[in-house]
Amino acid sequence: MRISALIKRITLQLLRDKRTLGLMFVAPLLILTLMYFLFNGNTVDPKLGVVGIDEQLVKGLEKTDIQVIEYEKASSDTVIDKDLDGLLEADSGNMILTLKNDDTSKAKALQMKVNQVAAAQVQKKLIQQSPAAGGMATKQIDTKYVYGNKDTVFFDVLSPILVGYFVFFFVFIISGIGLLRERTTGTLDRLMSTPIRRWEIVTAYLTGYGIFAIVQTVIVVIYAINVLDIVLAGSIFDVILINLLLALVALALGILLSSFAASEFQMIQFIPVVVIPQVFFAGIFPLDGMADWLQAVAKIMPMYYAGDALKAVMYKGMGLGEISGDIIALAVFAVIFIALNIVALKKYRTL
Amino acid sequence: MNPSIIVQKVNKSFGKKPVLNEVNLTIGKGQLYGLIGPSGAGKTTLVKMIVGMEKANSGTIHVLDEKMPNLAILQEIGYMAQSNALYLELTGEENLKFFASLFKLNKDEQRTRIAYASNLVNLTADLKKRVAAYSGGMKRRLSLAIALIQDPQLLILDEPTVGIDPELKLSIWNELLRLKNDEGKTIIVTTHVMDEAERCDMVAMVRDGAILASGTPDELKDLYHVGSLDEVFLKAGVKQHENLGVN
Ligand SMILES: Nc1ncnc2c1ncn2[C@@H]1O[C@H](COP(=O)(O)OP(=O)(O)OP(=O)(O)O)[C@@H](O)[C@H]1O
Ligand SMILES: [Mg+2]
Repeated sequence: MRISALIKRITLQLLRDKRTLGLMFVAPLLILTLMYFLFNGNTVDPKLGVVGIDEQLVKGLEKTDIQVIEYEKASSDTVIDKDLDGLLEADSGNMILTLKNDDTSKAKALQMKVNQVAAAQVQKKLIQQSPAAGGMATKQIDTKYVYGNKDTVFFDVLSPILVGYFVFFFVFIISGIGLLRERTTGTLDRLMSTPIRRWEIVTAYLTGYGIFAIVQTVIVVIYAINVLDIVLAGSIFDVILINLLLALVALALGILLSSFAASEFQMIQFIPVVVIPQVFFAGIFPLDGMADWLQAVAKIMPMYYAGDALKAVMYKGMGLGEISGDIIALAVFAVIFIALNIVALKKYRTL
Repeated sequence: MNPSIIVQKVNKSFGKKPVLNEVNLTIGKGQLYGLIGPSGAGKTTLVKMIVGMEKANSGTIHVLDEKMPNLAILQEIGYMAQSNALYLELTGEENLKFFASLFKLNKDEQRTRIAYASNLVNLTADLKKRVAAYSGGMKRRLSLAIALIQDPQLLILDEPTVGIDPELKLSIWNELLRLKNDEGKTIIVTTHVMDEAERCDMVAMVRDGAILASGTPDELKDLYHVGSLDEVFLKAGVKQHENLGVN
């Protein structure tokens, strides 16, 4: 009954705080939408200047969506002046490609295309000279994909992680500040002068904020899948389950860390220390390439397990059975943080 | 009849700073006990320890024959903190209801107790307003109403009448006296207002974490050979400084 009174109060307080509600329910959708458009934007065709390149090759280049502009004479200054991405010059049999390289990924892509087209041209010429060799060389390489397909973009791989991360981030902030406010306004002290038990407070906080976290999680997941059309190869219920578990971890962690903050400002300071590093280990950057000690650090990050599980379900279409390790890890995190919470309240009262 | 509160040889320090020093205090059942003393003397710390919100470094505290801290006893303590700890987003009534449910009052009890407590502090008309829209005095009064909500045997009020107008102050004091006389409640009040101290059965003078003197207001005046508690307060300060000088 004390727990339900506390839950009722927390819910009422949150419902009256329209801005916090907005942050919790609208902000993740906004950011997710923004990311969606950022990553799905049409790529601009690269501009390539050419000097003395034969007609065949120019046609080949144009076919691969390169905007080709022919010049009589050009230098690296031309690249800058005419805002080109690269310059291809024929020089006594050799070809020289000058890349602007202000955007490395763009430069690499252009370089690859030019190489491919040039190689194909050379091959064609060879076949024309000796058709016998053609049989083998003209065979195209068929590409098959284990996960996703040829239309898969970076956002499809990233989005499962983002969905989880936003749930983690917003639940962490709001629950942490919730209990913190109770500390700074003295009401937690006041609560401790009533016959309430510490575990009852922790339970009520977890449930009260948990209700909002559940709603938020469901909204974010449904929005991501139905409106943003993020790939979902597995089951939506598995996705929600993973996110709920992650929300519980964030909730318990937020409440726990709030006991080490003396003010809202200090609570915000936990974001760069605790929340942001999580994203590095969530699977956006491949873990295999990391130093051993970093890989060890990843193992103590809840987002590492959540990211792995979400990617497995949403992108690879795996079932719960295949991600049980991640689920167990998240549950262990939640249990540890909840227990620590009950201990941390000892600061206020030993009973 | 056993005393309501027995504080024995209690020491308390925050970090290295000693705040209470070998405090002994006995408060009889049905007494109205005043704690006076300069700011920072340790009054709030002492009452918080009686409630069980702070832990003593050494010494024991018994309330209603139970060693504190004790959860069951908290049901019988109505505590009003020095700073208003209220939920600003909620209305006055919701605040009262919340605390009433923490003390496990049923719906009927809640209704009658909320009506009684809010009427006592003259807040009945403002119960539906959000506390954020309350004035300072209204918040103080709501705090007092919350301390009374579960009809506890023991009231511990830390500067209950700060920011409350004289008329309401008078009616609150009359009610405290009635609670003591008619219902036999034990009440502890800390105060900086000497005419409030004057109305207590017993007064203890707290200075630098120690109880310098205690007794009825008249006994204290006799002890210091003065005519008012104000003078007792001042003289105790002078005496203490002289003692320090000698040491
Ligand atoms: N949480 C705390 N941490 C450190 N020191 C504290 C803490 N609470 C109180 N103190 C110190 O303990 C001493 C006694 O404080 P206390 O609040 O009990 O005084 P008080 O007699 O109630 O004063 P006032 O009349 O101003 O309310 C003060 O010197 C104060 O600085
Ligand atoms: Mg005080």
